Amino acid sequence: MKLTTEEVRYVADLANLRLTDEEVVRMSHDLGQILTYVEELSEINTEQVAPMAQVLYEADETATLREDRPREPLNNRQALENAAVSGAGYYKVPKVIER
Amino acid sequence: MSNVPPVPTLTIGRIREGLRRKEFSAVDVATATLEFAERENPKTNAYLTFSSERALEAANRVDDQIANGEHLGELAGVPLGVKDVIVTKGLRTTCGSHILEHYIPPYDATAVIRLEEEGAIVIGKLNCDEFAMGSSNENSAFGPVRNPAALDRVPGGSSGGSAAAVAQGTCVVSLGSDTGGSIRQPASFCGVVGVTPTYGRVSRYGLAAFASSLDHIGPFGRNVEDAATVLKVMAGRDELDSTSAFATVDDYGPLMKQDIKGLKVGLPKEYFAGLSADTDAIIRAATKKLEDLGCQVNEISLPHTKYAVACYYIICTAEASSNLARYDGVRYTLRSDSDTLSEMYRNTRGAGFGAEVKRRIMLGTYVLSAGYYDAYYLKAQKVRSLIAQDFANAFERVDAIVAPVSPFPAFKIGEKIEDPMSMYLSDIYTITGDLSGVPCMSVPCGQSPDGLPVGLQVFARHFDESTMFRLAWNFEQAMKS
Repeated sequence: MKLTTEEVRYVADLANLRLTDEEVVRMSHDLGQILTYVEELSEINTEQVAPMAQVLYEADETATLREDRPREPLNNRQALENAAVSGAGYYKVPKVIER
Repeated sequence: MSNVPPVPTLTIGRIREGLRRKEFSAVDVATATLEFAERENPKTNAYLTFSSERALEAANRVDDQIANGEHLGELAGVPLGVKDVIVTKGLRTTCGSHILEHYIPPYDATAVIRLEEEGAIVIGKLNCDEFAMGSSNENSAFGPVRNPAALDRVPGGSSGGSAAAVAQGTCVVSLGSDTGGSIRQPASFCGVVGVTPTYGRVSRYGLAAFASSLDHIGPFGRNVEDAATVLKVMAGRDELDSTSAFATVDDYGPLMKQDIKGLKVGLPKEYFAGLSADTDAIIRAATKKLEDLGCQVNEISLPHTKYAVACYYIICTAEASSNLARYDGVRYTLRSDSDTLSEMYRNTRGAGFGAEVKRRIMLGTYVLSAGYYDAYYLKAQKVRSLIAQDFANAFERVDAIVAPVSPFPAFKIGEKIEDPMSMYLSDIYTITGDLSGVPCMSVPCGQSPDGLPVGLQVFARHFDESTMFRLAWNFEQAMKS
């Protein structure tokens, strides 16, 4: 399994990840190696097997429902405390819509 | 001078006794531990942040309770270290990443709240691989942790700081997280007890998400009883984590002290292929000891073991690529300035994440991308069913399974970091426990000829931590004699 540098750049784009040229080359090698290794899964016949997304246990269907009562949320100040840039009670980001 | 015994010798029981007899106060214990930890930490780099103020406040509360004759919590005055992927209100939580270098969480994880309610003293936050991704602690943005048993070697990972601190004695117990072996493997490498409870046993609320269907919070201790006590206090349903389980939490203390005569123990043959000769000999000697204690040890088969690494690295990276999308330069402190929003996302993430995290985001994005989903992610989820079924089948015949934790003891710093695939393969024996969700742990079982600790892995049925602890406790007692 080989991953071209073009494919790496395409995936990095999907992942919103800036990679340097050296990182792209390294990634193409590493991902190729890992994808080659995981090909061994194709040896197993899984036609009759259900996928497992989560560890599940016996419980009532409604077990995870809780009483509907309000809980104190984070206030505006707390929510914005770790913002990279904020102002007037909002997160600030680079302009998205041109006038 | 306080009358606190040497900090590395403290246990939960010793602290309880000392407080009851008024030999020392909780503030004495906290002060002595902080002094010792701050002095010794440069050797291992286990702590990233100390929380003296929070620790002394908590210790003062315990001393007030003693002065007023109030009921004391199960962990009253016990120094606790917390892996830096578990959030602590007002106390920096970095996840071992530059992207969260200055992140101060506005809330506490449920596990931390429950431990502090029982009197635990948070001493500080422990180093780890970035976002818990790694098997050596070399992926931390704040430098590797060194193994207290051999300072030129890794402590294992990703919870390397949590294992190293307990081994070094800079806290009595600690919290780690385990997604593919990140508690058991460092426990084995550092010679301490590390427990990965049943999936859902401990609330994940406040654990920075890596791979949500695999992530567990679990304890480290210098003995089985201490680790079990910490688990008992933090376990149980939490409505803030819908995957946390309702199952009753047993009183592990008395249950683990029953004998193990007649216990049916399985030895999976697949876990002995590719094992180093030293580790093999130590694990065989441990199983012999279990037989001497009256266990019926029989070879079993977990036939899909060899596919676990491939299955795991598809599922965990897929989940990680989605979970880590939140670090986008908006809410979490770090931002690289750019003219457009999408450039800002890209530059922030490119600058903030380290090499292994980028590799996993890329792999996860690839396996989930259009045209590849069925071949990789869906296939891996089906193989995960088969691996879980292997355990279900085995537990129809045996009460517990024992195996090595790692194919080899702690390796040298730098030895595997350039070769991601060889690093991934070192997780071969621990990944299966996370994929199937059964409880599992590492208990020290010997040393290699050059003095490196080796752990024995114990698995039990879902929610049957009691049997797991019983086997481990009896084994630990037998090792002492």
